[in-house]
Amino acid sequence: METNIAKQEFTITVYTENQVGLLNRIAIIFSRRKLNIDSLNTSPSEVDSIHRFNIVITETEDVIRKVARQLEKQVEVLKVYFNTNEDIIWQELALYKVPTDIIAEKVSVERLLRQYGARAVVIRSDYTVFETTGHREETDALVEVLREYGLIEFVRSARIAIIKASDGFHTKINEFENQQPGEQVFENEYLNNGQKVFTM
Amino acid sequence: MQTLDIKEQPINQVKATLSQNISGSEILLKGLIEEGVETIFGYPGGAIMPIYDALYDYTDKLKHILVRHEQGATHAAQGYARSSGKVGVVFATSGPGATNLITGIADAQIDSTPMVCITGQVFAHLLGTDAFQETDVINITTPITKWNYQVTDAAEIPEVLAKAFYIARTGRPGPVVIDITKNAQIQKVDFEGYIKCDHIRSYRPKPIIRTSYVEQAAALINAAKKPFILFGQGILLGNAEQEFKAFVEKSGIPAAWTILGAGAIPTTHPLNVGMLGMHGNNGPNVLTNECDVLIAIGMRFDDRVTGRLDKYAKQAKVIHLDIDPAEIDKNVKATVPVWGDCKETLPLLTQLVDEKKHDDWLAKFRALNQIEIDELITAELHPQTGELTMGEVIHQLNLLTNGDAIIVTDVGQHQMVACRYAKFNNTRSNITSGGLGTMGFALPAAIGAKFGAQDKTVVAVIGDGGFQMTIQELGTIMQSGINVKIIILNNQFLGMVRQWQELFNDRRYSFVDITSPDFVAVAKGYYIEGQKVSEREKLVDALKAMLNHKGSYLLEVMVTKENNVFPMVPQGCSVSEIRLK
Ligand SMILES: Cc1ncc(C[n+]2csc(CCOP(=O)(O)OP(=O)(O)O)c2C)c(N)n1
Repeated sequence: METNIAKQEFTITVYTENQVGLLNRIAIIFSRRKLNIDSLNTSPSEVDSIHRFNIVITETEDVIRKVARQLEKQVEVLKVYFNTNEDIIWQELALYKVPTDIIAEKVSVERLLRQYGARAVVIRSDYTVFETTGHREETDALVEVLREYGLIEFVRSARIAIIKASDGFHTKINEFENQQPGEQVFENEYLNNGQKVFTM
Repeated sequence: MQTLDIKEQPINQVKATLSQNISGSEILLKGLIEEGVETIFGYPGGAIMPIYDALYDYTDKLKHILVRHEQGATHAAQGYARSSGKVGVVFATSGPGATNLITGIADAQIDSTPMVCITGQVFAHLLGTDAFQETDVINITTPITKWNYQVTDAAEIPEVLAKAFYIARTGRPGPVVIDITKNAQIQKVDFEGYIKCDHIRSYRPKPIIRTSYVEQAAALINAAKKPFILFGQGILLGNAEQEFKAFVEKSGIPAAWTILGAGAIPTTHPLNVGMLGMHGNNGPNVLTNECDVLIAIGMRFDDRVTGRLDKYAKQAKVIHLDIDPAEIDKNVKATVPVWGDCKETLPLLTQLVDEKKHDDWLAKFRALNQIEIDELITAELHPQTGELTMGEVIHQLNLLTNGDAIIVTDVGQHQMVACRYAKFNNTRSNITSGGLGTMGFALPAAIGAKFGAQDKTVVAVIGDGGFQMTIQELGTIMQSGINVKIIILNNQFLGMVRQWQELFNDRRYSFVDITSPDFVAVAKGYYIEGQKVSEREKLVDALKAMLNHKGSYLLEVMVTKENNVFPMVPQGCSVSEIRLK
């Protein structure tokens, strides 16, 4: 009960057709409920022609479940999963631009890179760009350090996530392409699995 | 080898003759005909002119009804869809034409009405340039459509149209918008025939039925002492009236309706215990909080039905039958969700439930409803003195139509009174704006309803306020010659808002006093017959004159100014806290 009420970070994975306007249709499901999207990424998926959205949002499971159903209801959405952080492997990419002279002069660059798992992408006489990949706390930590050394620009990508327990979408897509959905589709599966899984 | 060649040749020839080089507009019209469309409600303009030009040659197959405002076209298409069960079709031009559709599209979305709206759009090369009459119709309509799509190439039209109809009418129905740029309407492409859509890989109109849940539902029902059925429009949309009746009659369970579910079984059916919700009947509202198993069928627990949610049926196990998985647990947590088309799930359930009678339980509904009859209904339907009441008008209408008319209502007190007291023998005969509560709905919806069910008497019941919102559609009646009966229940107020101001705002009547033109004279101006009555002795004759008149007729009935609709579940109260006065 407790977990249902408490807000936590969820990563929603949405498999969709590649269609103009779909991003808006998905985004308004959140904005209509005045839910703030922490991060949103769209990319190709393991299946040709199928797109995959990763949406990160901090909310109660109850709200997430309702939103997931509204998402899955959209004509061009094939499938929606939502997961807590324990269920997924995720990464975010960050880029940091710093003045080369300060960095070279004042910081032990080598140590910094090792400590934060960063690497230099570009080194010019006027600026240097570092890159890190990791969880938010990790990318954020480096920001704090570099701020002291005249951080010029910082940008972080949306989260991308892989679901630990997923077999991918290859078999599902065959089912979806068939006129008659096959045995594979477990209606109400979420109830059987103690409300852990969302599926239509 | 040779025989093969000979065989192939004629097929190729046939194909060549079948393939035509025609415009996107003509392809669209051919597609509509293939979809079985007969009636279109619309209004022309610059960006949709090529389609209207093509239509000029198709008037023998496609009947186009020219409305007086595009909002009227959407409501007419809704009325048509609701009375006929078919998809309503609307044409409008870009910009203001398209934005005028918004209210009707939103109404169709929330009331699950199948509708396809075709809007003209500026040339593709002008998109995004703030061209004359350009509005971003796709983005404006995204939150209020089941699906929408912008066509910029004529070759897309057959497939998109086929998808549109398939999406609009299957699963939980809803409105679809197709926005077609002008170049695509003009562009000529090879057209090889229209293929209807029967599958979209990303779209599952019907969730698969899980028999284990049907079994669990049946077990709950069979063990129940006080089971109670709530039914909504899902039964009508699923064409499952017979299946529903069989379920109710075998299980012997009392059943109550949402306003969109009215008529799924006749009003007079012995197990029909009345209307749910804010202005519903006493029995079903009070006993919602006493039943042990609540069986909700094709309804979505709207707040006007549930009242305060945290005091709603907390004691009951809830079985929810719905085709839309997003409705399960949305407002009321289901103990057993029976996802699926109720036309299929209901027979499965009927098979498993015990044949029973719940006489004592049913008697409780009757007793509570009897209190309501004694305390308020009798006075509302059979007043002896004083001004006319809305209820007695509906009651007299029932006696004359025998419950066989289609009643189309607008929004307000008269709507609640009409839904409460009108008799419905048949399905698809209560047409009202339920979810959106759109004033101005009734007049155009009645026009559409008549086109969708020409053999039925269609009576629109409208308030003096709402009538003035789409009064211009009298022009549509005049020009199309359609036969609809219009009753204006004139209380000289925006009655429903006034009622709330009286009850909850210390009678501070803030802008609810509305004056009206001489409605009968206005109708006369449109060559529509009519009369006005305010005396009890003249009411029945006036209703008869209206019903017997050969064409459309407007009857204005002056009713009590400050009557309130009761019972009422005040906002924020539980359904069992229903007030009889
Ligand atoms: C388009 C629109 N505007 C405002 C409202 C709010 N509203 C609901 S009922 C009502 C009063 C309706 O008055 P009238 O048409 O005279 O009917 P009555 O309630 O008197 O029967 C109003 C203003 C609405 N439902 N729809």
